[in-house]
Amino acid sequence: MKTDILKKLVQNGAIWGFILLQLVFFELAGRYWAGSSTTFIDLDNLLLLLKQSAPIGIIAVGMTIVMVNGNIDLSVGAIYALCGIVLLDSLGWPMMEAMGDGAIPLAMLIALATGCVLGLINGLIVWKTGVDAFIVTLGAMLGYRGLVFMYNGEQPTSNLNWTMVDMAEWGIFGIQTPALVLLFVVLVVWLVMTRTVHGRNAYAIGDNREAAVNAGIRVGPHMLINFAVIGFLAALSAVVFYSGSGSVNPNDGMLFELWAITAVVLGGTKLTGGKGSIIGTLGGVIAIQLLRRGLNHIGADTETVNIVIGTILIVVLLLDRQLNRKASGELKV
Amino acid sequence: MTGQTPALRLDGIVKDFPGVRALDGVSFTVMPGEVHALMGENGAGKSTLMKVLGGIYQPDAGRIYIAERETRMKGPLEAKANGVMFIHQELSLAQELSVAENIYLGELPRKSFGRVDWPTLYARTDAILEKLRVGFTARTRVGELSIANQQMVEIARALTVDAKAVIFDEPTASLTDAEKVVLFDVIADLKAQGVGIIYISHRMEEIFRITDRISVLRDGEYRGTLDTAQTDETEVTQMMIGRKLDLSRSAATVEPGPVALRVEGLSCGTLFRDATFEVREGEVLGFYGLVGAGRTEIAETLFGLRKPTAGRIFLKGEEVTISSPIDAIRKGISLVPESRKEQGLVLGMNCRDNITLPQVADLTAGPFVADGAEISIYDQYRDRLSIKSPSWRTLVGNLSGGNQQKIVIGKWLSMRPEVLIVDEPTRGIDVGSKSEIHNLLRDLARQGYAVIVISSEMPEVLQCSDRIVAMYNGTIMREFTAEEVTEDSLIQAISGLNSGAAA
Repeated sequence: MKTDILKKLVQNGAIWGFILLQLVFFELAGRYWAGSSTTFIDLDNLLLLLKQSAPIGIIAVGMTIVMVNGNIDLSVGAIYALCGIVLLDSLGWPMMEAMGDGAIPLAMLIALATGCVLGLINGLIVWKTGVDAFIVTLGAMLGYRGLVFMYNGEQPTSNLNWTMVDMAEWGIFGIQTPALVLLFVVLVVWLVMTRTVHGRNAYAIGDNREAAVNAGIRVGPHMLINFAVIGFLAALSAVVFYSGSGSVNPNDGMLFELWAITAVVLGGTKLTGGKGSIIGTLGGVIAIQLLRRGLNHIGADTETVNIVIGTILIVVLLLDRQLNRKASGELKV
Repeated sequence: MTGQTPALRLDGIVKDFPGVRALDGVSFTVMPGEVHALMGENGAGKSTLMKVLGGIYQPDAGRIYIAERETRMKGPLEAKANGVMFIHQELSLAQELSVAENIYLGELPRKSFGRVDWPTLYARTDAILEKLRVGFTARTRVGELSIANQQMVEIARALTVDAKAVIFDEPTASLTDAEKVVLFDVIADLKAQGVGIIYISHRMEEIFRITDRISVLRDGEYRGTLDTAQTDETEVTQMMIGRKLDLSRSAATVEPGPVALRVEGLSCGTLFRDATFEVREGEVLGFYGLVGAGRTEIAETLFGLRKPTAGRIFLKGEEVTISSPIDAIRKGISLVPESRKEQGLVLGMNCRDNITLPQVADLTAGPFVADGAEISIYDQYRDRLSIKSPSWRTLVGNLSGGNQQKIVIGKWLSMRPEVLIVDEPTRGIDVGSKSEIHNLLRDLARQGYAVIVISSEMPEVLQCSDRIVAMYNGTIMREFTAEEVTEDSLIQAISGLNSGAAA
């Protein structure tokens, strides 16, 4: 029993322990080794970190529920870029320009709806054809990215709207809009996954699909909802980010899907579904961003960050495997 | 045969898994040139024994002798090196590779720099294929072959080494009659070459056609070996299912109420044919038969997992069609499936969430699931079924088999079904919990549920049921009442010896 509790603590708290370790390490390494004049554990620094985590963090939250459900979505980066274009471009439509700043909420709604629809398309194909989500969303990733390039070729799409910039930089207690949105999304989706019927059924489907079907749960609609949600969140991430930046490069969002999956897996979600937590994913997102900033803080070459993250990911999964190895009779290959 | 060196001898093999002794001192001997049947119901330990022999499991005690030389099998390769070859029920072939590559997988003949020596490979393979008299060549891609021919490729693999013993695990499951004849010829050839053969099958007619001796396992124990020529199906069946019968019924019956479920002429392809039976409120109807007799398939059809090809289903006198599990649940039919862990439980979820899984959509307060309502349902069924779990938060995967089964039963009771179908209620459950589950099923009938119990354990069926339906090979052979049933008549019915009228 005691080992059970310990195991659970290790499993659920590991990512936060890792974050704490990083904080201490970068603070000390910064002070005594790199001779940095600033402190790393500093409120402004950490708030900035949270803000920078937002674009991938919001998507990673969506990735968590899709993965808990036993699927995956590789098209989020392309959805992100496409919805950014929809947001900035729609503001330039004559009808919208006539509305002045009143067009901003409308443009945001259009962008969010676009994300939803793109996600629904993914979900519908996965549900109705039974083709693996990996393949379907891989195709969607290429297709949606193709739409991005069709819009403006290699040229960036720009439309800097200062009202939107103000909205993006608005803040309370120093927490700016992107960080607030991230925290809000984490809270809402956490409630959905832990407290609602949909969340419960999503876990059940991911853990044991056959038992879920036998319990009369309709698998398809739950998958559809989750794909729509991740599409929506990818669009939300785009709205939050491009409101501030005002310019979409056609290559934006590339590899976002892999960073999101990395964060989700670091946060303890199983690739095979049925297990995972939104809070863990938040930890994973923060841990990655912390590594980036931390390595920068101690003056390490920013290029090394990927090597470090890649190594850590494999070590984490290796530890997880050791801790969770099923019956000792498991075949060693 | 005496005086010869046995091809293979097992001596006191013991294998423990957490909480279960899967093999308890199994010993038997296979002589060269003998076809030795290994029989036993599901869970009797046949496959565990084969895994020990194949080096996949290490035995906790006991010895394996090959040609009287003690051998430790550390892995599959070692088994092969010692001349023990397996022909598995499930094919393990690489579909995209040629027949020759599959047969010599891992041991392709080589030339310098690791290049494959194709001419030698094909020549060797064709020589083997010729012996098997098959209609394909070494170069054929395996994916293009019929299942039966793929089976032949598996067999050809066994012929590449100087096999001392070859184990056939349900080899005829996917073969047509003509293909079986070829297979039996191959077995006869191997036999003539002095190879010892272990033949695992549930099909009695094959066993009696080709084997020399029959060894029977039950509950991980070796029950004895019979000379095929001097025994019959009834004796073998009796050995497989055991005689330690405690016929005391665990609870008094009540007068059964109106008919809850009536099935007329229900068929599903070749799985089962023309099944007609009814079950009343307040009674337990037992389904008994050997593995593959079609019992589970009937249950799955009633639960909407299979589409019947003919027949009618009446619930409380009204004809219904059942198109899906959702439909079945809505109409008041629940199924506690055969394999708890694969089909019944979400192991990574806690006890409470598993019990409320089918009805969680109805337990909401505003947008959220109502915790309190869920916990009170859990508490109710924990008390009613005496589920022993530290708390509702405990993950179901950490409970014992008996308590897991009670969770599944509780899940379905909480849906207030009219008809509760329980498939193999005590599989993999320890003896103490077994009788508890049996009492529970009797109790449920007394409370007015119509209960169908499907089992391959005779004592279980006899203890629980008010009436017993005996199945053989997809057909209902006979229906018994609890008063008239005898062990012998039941065994005869499920061995297919009683061609008498279905009741």
